[in-house]
Amino acid sequence: MTGEEYILCILGMGLVTYIPRWLPLFYLSDKRLPLWLVEWLSFIPACILSALIFPSIIINPDTGSVGFFHPEFLVAIPTFLFALKTRSLGGTVIIGMALFWLAEKFL
Amino acid sequence: MKTTGHSLSDEMNMLRALAAAWPICLGYLAIGMAFGVLARQAGLAIYQIALMSMIVFAGSAQFIAVSMITSGASALSIIITTFMVNLRHLLMSSSLTLHLKGKNKAILSLFAYGVTDESFAVNLGKFLDGDWSLKDALVVNHVANITWIISTILGGYAGRFIPAGAFGIDYALTGMFLCLLVFQLRGRLYVLVSVAAGLLSVVFYLIIPGNAYVIIASALAATLGVAIKSWYMHKRKQGEEQ
Repeated sequence: MTGEEYILCILGMGLVTYIPRWLPLFYLSDKRLPLWLVEWLSFIPACILSALIFPSIIINPDTGSVGFFHPEFLVAIPTFLFALKTRSLGGTVIIGMALFWLAEKFL
Repeated sequence: MKTTGHSLSDEMNMLRALAAAWPICLGYLAIGMAFGVLARQAGLAIYQIALMSMIVFAGSAQFIAVSMITSGASALSIIITTFMVNLRHLLMSSSLTLHLKGKNKAILSLFAYGVTDESFAVNLGKFLDGDWSLKDALVVNHVANITWIISTILGGYAGRFIPAGAFGIDYALTGMFLCLLVFQLRGRLYVLVSVAAGLLSVVFYLIIPGNAYVIIASALAATLGVAIKSWYMHKRKQGEEQ
């Protein structure tokens, strides 16, 4: 890929990334949404977070299949419990990193 | 005495927004540096790395783009893949509009640039708690954005001195997502729906090539949530009538 192609490529990437981020904010922010849509949207954050988390912890990165004995999954349990108990975002990040670091070292 | 420009409460608000943003920054520092290292190895110049982080500002799509560039993919196929990967932001921005009714469209357009998985979840949690403004949310977005750009540049320069996987850095985003999920579990129905989303996501991850699994699983599970809720309301109404 030449320098010029690269610039075109990232401009295109920027555009197709920006439009989905912008469109709803621009067009929906002054409209009254139907109740079912508001309810549907209220479930979306929890769904997206779960949909991002589950594959990343349940799929064993070494085998590419479902597993429950690799560090990504084992560390997620105490990290999740810590988050439930403390509700501290920064603390959970640090605990997760520390446990994962230990797990990678010793498991 | 009159102070010029910033009032004390402005500074308090700034601190409050920074306090909300720092876990994102920690995660971005880790992921951004990893990206910088990879992009440099793929032959991108530092200024090219910086430009991509500024113009695109989307972690996973940037990683995918670099690996596609390495394998000789065309610009068009990279752009189409980026679109697919980042389409999930459509759902996030829609969900944020519930808290941004009637705000200035120019400012919303600026805000849209910074909507990422992480800033979205932090800002949405704060909006739900109340006492959170578009201004606070903008600060979170842009502090995260600046951290991302700087981290990817740092990774380009200094990454080779940092061993892979140091300090469990690879787990920073997972840890953050786990806690952000806890903030979103506001009742039994939310727990049920998010477990459904997670399991569906694993299934789709395994059977559908590409990155569509997040969007499909989320949309299906949210629909399930609406269906259960309306069925429950309907049943309760029937119960009252009898």
